Amino acid sequence: MSEDGIIEVRNLSKTYQMGKVSVLALRHVDLHVERSEFLTIVGPSGSGKSTLFHIIGGLTPPTAGEVRVAGHDLSALTEADRTDLRRCTVGFVFQRFNLLPNLTAGDNIAVARYIAGMPRKPDPQFDEMLQFLGIAQRLDHKPNALSGGEQQRVAIARALVNRPAILLADEPTGNLDTENSKIVLELLKNLNEQYGQTTLMITHNPEAASYGHRTVHMRDGKIMEAT
Amino acid sequence: MTAKLVWENLKHRPLRSLLSFLLIGVPVTLILTLVGLTHGMITDFQQRQKASGADIVVRGTNAQTALSFGSATLSEGFIKLLEKQPHVKMAVGILNHNNQIWLTVTGIDLDKFSAMSGGFTYLEGGPFRKPDDMIIDRYYAAQQHVHAGDTVEVLTRPWHICGVIEGGQLSHMFVQLKVLQDLDSSTGKVNQIDLKLDNPANVEAVKKNLRGVLGDEYPIYDMREFTSLISVDNIGGLREFTWVVVGIGVVIGGVVVWMSMYMAVLMRTREIGILKSLGGSNAFILRLVVMEALILGAGGTLLGIGMSFGAQWLIRALVPASIQMAIVPLWWPISLGIMLASAALGALYPGLRAAQHDPIEALAYE
Repeated sequence: MSEDGIIEVRNLSKTYQMGKVSVLALRHVDLHVERSEFLTIVGPSGSGKSTLFHIIGGLTPPTAGEVRVAGHDLSALTEADRTDLRRCTVGFVFQRFNLLPNLTAGDNIAVARYIAGMPRKPDPQFDEMLQFLGIAQRLDHKPNALSGGEQQRVAIARALVNRPAILLADEPTGNLDTENSKIVLELLKNLNEQYGQTTLMITHNPEAASYGHRTVHMRDGKIMEAT
Repeated sequence: MTAKLVWENLKHRPLRSLLSFLLIGVPVTLILTLVGLTHGMITDFQQRQKASGADIVVRGTNAQTALSFGSATLSEGFIKLLEKQPHVKMAVGILNHNNQIWLTVTGIDLDKFSAMSGGFTYLEGGPFRKPDDMIIDRYYAAQQHVHAGDTVEVLTRPWHICGVIEGGQLSHMFVQLKVLQDLDSSTGKVNQIDLKLDNPANVEAVKKNLRGVLGDEYPIYDMREFTSLISVDNIGGLREFTWVVVGIGVVIGGVVVWMSMYMAVLMRTREIGILKSLGGSNAFILRLVVMEALILGAGGTLLGIGMSFGAQWLIRALVPASIQMAIVPLWWPISLGIMLASAALGALYPGLRAAQHDPIEALAYE
């Protein structure tokens, strides 16, 4: 393992209890992600991509195995610790944007700052990032007044506002048309290149996967190959 | 930002917020109306008694409480006896007959009562001329939609309204003492004698003297004592009744907030998931829900206070003589406290439920 590894997953398994049935979502997964790497994860529905994502993002604990994210051993974290991890270490971008519909774009970003206990006004570098994302003039609008592409860019801004070590993007182009998908993918790529943002992106789209440095293929809860 | 989140949530679903405010406002109005009625009726009674101009009130032997007059047991002969006592300037015999609760027909010797109280201010008509004449105050006139010259049916017989007065003294309806005595088969008897002294400072001395003359059989009060007999504590069961209504208010308020916040939490499951994915702690989510409930409680209380003014207006418009409702600002913070407590209690379960949402399930919620 490299010294620069920001995510280390060893022999990770995750079992969900669905009533009386146990569902094995991840089986002995190993994964290593370098700092400032742009990794894409592809695989069919039910292959365990999102579960892996949720564990790395601290949304759910692992059942077995070792997961280290930015120096945190996730198997040893309490729920409160995982909440802290989500607050400061990882940022999420979802397929459905997941903006709070009753807040403006600016407030959607501000709420992430507030939850993290940061001052409302981000640093000047973040203003530059808003320009970079092309939403600086759209911050006073509510999500229903923004296009899908704009909403996703606001979601990216919100995910990055607290300078997380890792950006987790779960099918960020899944709800976008081709043009907006391309814009978002270019942005993620440029964010990685310009700011060294470590990014993990789940996608079904092979073209989208090509934006990453490396692609991991998953099937039946296992990592099949890395390209 | 917490306040903004809560406020935007309330604004986002205005109909639901408005309904919650309204449903919380109803028990507040209920509480304030009941308290207002209690205070209004008591204050009205006290002011009417004081406006008679009497310094001391002597009552019949069977008067159980200030509100129950009992049958007339005081002989009119007492009036002359009492007028001869030191410092007593004037004694006026009064016969009260309960027509309805809080609505009494009072038999008076108009000349003597006018001398004691300063007299009536007539808005229409004038004093008694015939035995079936009745003087009513403007509140009763408004309630019955009658004027001087009209006829009203009271005590199962018709009365000719000879005058409408400004009111505020003793009762809403006055007839001649002799007429009411005959009607009540109490000829020569009254159930209350009001005394006017040469100097109110002599009240204690006169009371002491009267006890010597009349004995302990007859209740003798100075006006302060007499009016203080009508209080929440002295009207049987009123305090308990008030607390029962307050209790009902708490339960209704709590249930309304519980339902409202339960539905809000259900509708916002996904948003709760978003906040949790951003690192929102359980305490933060709980705080949002409880704060929203507290705003609903406070807003509902304000609306309830406003609606209590509406209730007062309605009562004054419909039954100005029978019922008096006061606005009691002292009870506004009490109602607020009650509703905030009940809102916080009502929000606790939905809030804890929201805080314990699994973020993955919440984010997947449609």
